[in-house]
Amino acid sequence: MTLEEKIIEIIVDQLEVTAEECVPEASFINDLGADSLDLAELLLEMEDTFDVEISTEDLKKIRKIQDVIDYLKVRNVTWD
Amino acid sequence: MRQPLRRRVVITGMGAVTPLGNSVMDTWSALCAGRSGIGPITKFDAADFETRIAGELKNFDPLVYVSKKEVRRLDPFIIYCLASAEMAVADSGLVLDEPRATRTGVVIGSAIGGLTTLEKEKEILSRNGPRRVSPFTIPSVLPNLGAGQVSIRFGARGPVNCPVTACASGTTAVGEAFRLIAFDYADVVFAGGADAAISPMAVAGFNAMHAISQRNDEPQKASRPFDLCRDGFVLSEGCGILILEELDSARKRGARIYAEVLGYGATSDAFHLAVPPPGHEGAARCMHAALRDAGMTPSDVDYINAHGTSTPLNDQYETEAIKSVFGEHSSRLAVSSTKSMTGHLLGATGGVEAIFTAKALETGILPPTINLDQPDPACDLDYVPHSARRRDIQIAMSNTFGFGGVNASILLKKFFE
Repeated sequence: MTLEEKIIEIIVDQLEVTAEECVPEASFINDLGADSLDLAELLLEMEDTFDVEISTEDLKKIRKIQDVIDYLKVRNVTWD
Repeated sequence: MRQPLRRRVVITGMGAVTPLGNSVMDTWSALCAGRSGIGPITKFDAADFETRIAGELKNFDPLVYVSKKEVRRLDPFIIYCLASAEMAVADSGLVLDEPRATRTGVVIGSAIGGLTTLEKEKEILSRNGPRRVSPFTIPSVLPNLGAGQVSIRFGARGPVNCPVTACASGTTAVGEAFRLIAFDYADVVFAGGADAAISPMAVAGFNAMHAISQRNDEPQKASRPFDLCRDGFVLSEGCGILILEELDSARKRGARIYAEVLGYGATSDAFHLAVPPPGHEGAARCMHAALRDAGMTPSDVDYINAHGTSTPLNDQYETEAIKSVFGEHSSRLAVSSTKSMTGHLLGATGGVEAIFTAKALETGILPPTINLDQPDPACDLDYVPHSARRRDIQIAMSNTFGFGGVNASILLKKFFE
């Protein structure tokens, strides 16, 4: 499984959307129906899964799926 | 100034999840069969606890009522509210369109709210630090989010409230909902109570108070109100919600009417945080208040669904209070404690017992007090021991009392046009 696939798997599970909706440019709030609490919970799950700590500053910049992919890719994260 | 008016209030729908069943119908048939819903605790490892038994829901599938995502985010007490409310609405046939939705309120009490979530998140906080705490912690813990989520789910946009009066919460809710409709603040109200507090902290806390039964070897015999060998209440979970509706509104849409709500009494002992005063004067005044509110006299009452917790003091003092209110008529009264079968659902108890009282009026069946093998000489009323009884009744009362010395009683009547 690639990093992108793992990220989308988590989004599908957390936000109850389909994998088809999870295009990189999809905005969590505008396209995937999330509210600010959903997004906070989703990013907590990302932190747990990939064992990273996203700073409050960086959290504010994450709006679409591509932002998460970019953030995690440069950090060479792994998962179980 | 507007003249105060008082409108008639009826029950047109009911929904419940209890240790005896995941619907009103299943719960009621188990009650009439005299079955106990108490068993060993399975929600956590209770091996080190003095009490290892409780009244848990059985085979309850939350996914019937909420999504997988909501199961993760909502404390069980809120899920029980949504499940019971959905069953109650379906049962009532009510459609919450405009303008009815703006005249529909929600009053659902809870004693402890999301204690289970609080304990779980506290562990995460201690183990993994503050940044790991779920953003859904606070909205799961707040007791009014049971009522809040029901209002959001069903679009009820009238007054929304959550009485927190410990074990009286559910009755306070039904009483306050009754007043909202009677005095024209709403036409329909979801009313009841919910709690899901079978958790390590709750069991440890109640054990520390010596409040709950330790009859671990015989769970089904542990809740034994009015019996000489009672040793405390049995902690249970669940929810009971009634749809209260203004009579003309119910008539106009041809709704089935289970019973009429006639009166509500609320008093306080101002005595002790957990112990009632001898003779329980506060409870007696509360029953009087409900009768007065309804314009009824003691001899009008046929049946009382007692608070009957199976604690040594409550059962004796509630008996004394009933005798002081009803005098000679108390020997003709039927009094039963359905907690002998359900255990004590804390803030939900007033909701489910209002439902049981309405069912008794509707069906002419009085649910029994089971496990009354050796009646306490200080408890000498007709408690409908062991098995249910057929008796066509007209007027019935439901009592609940809570820590802090708070008392609540409602009076229901079989419905006639």
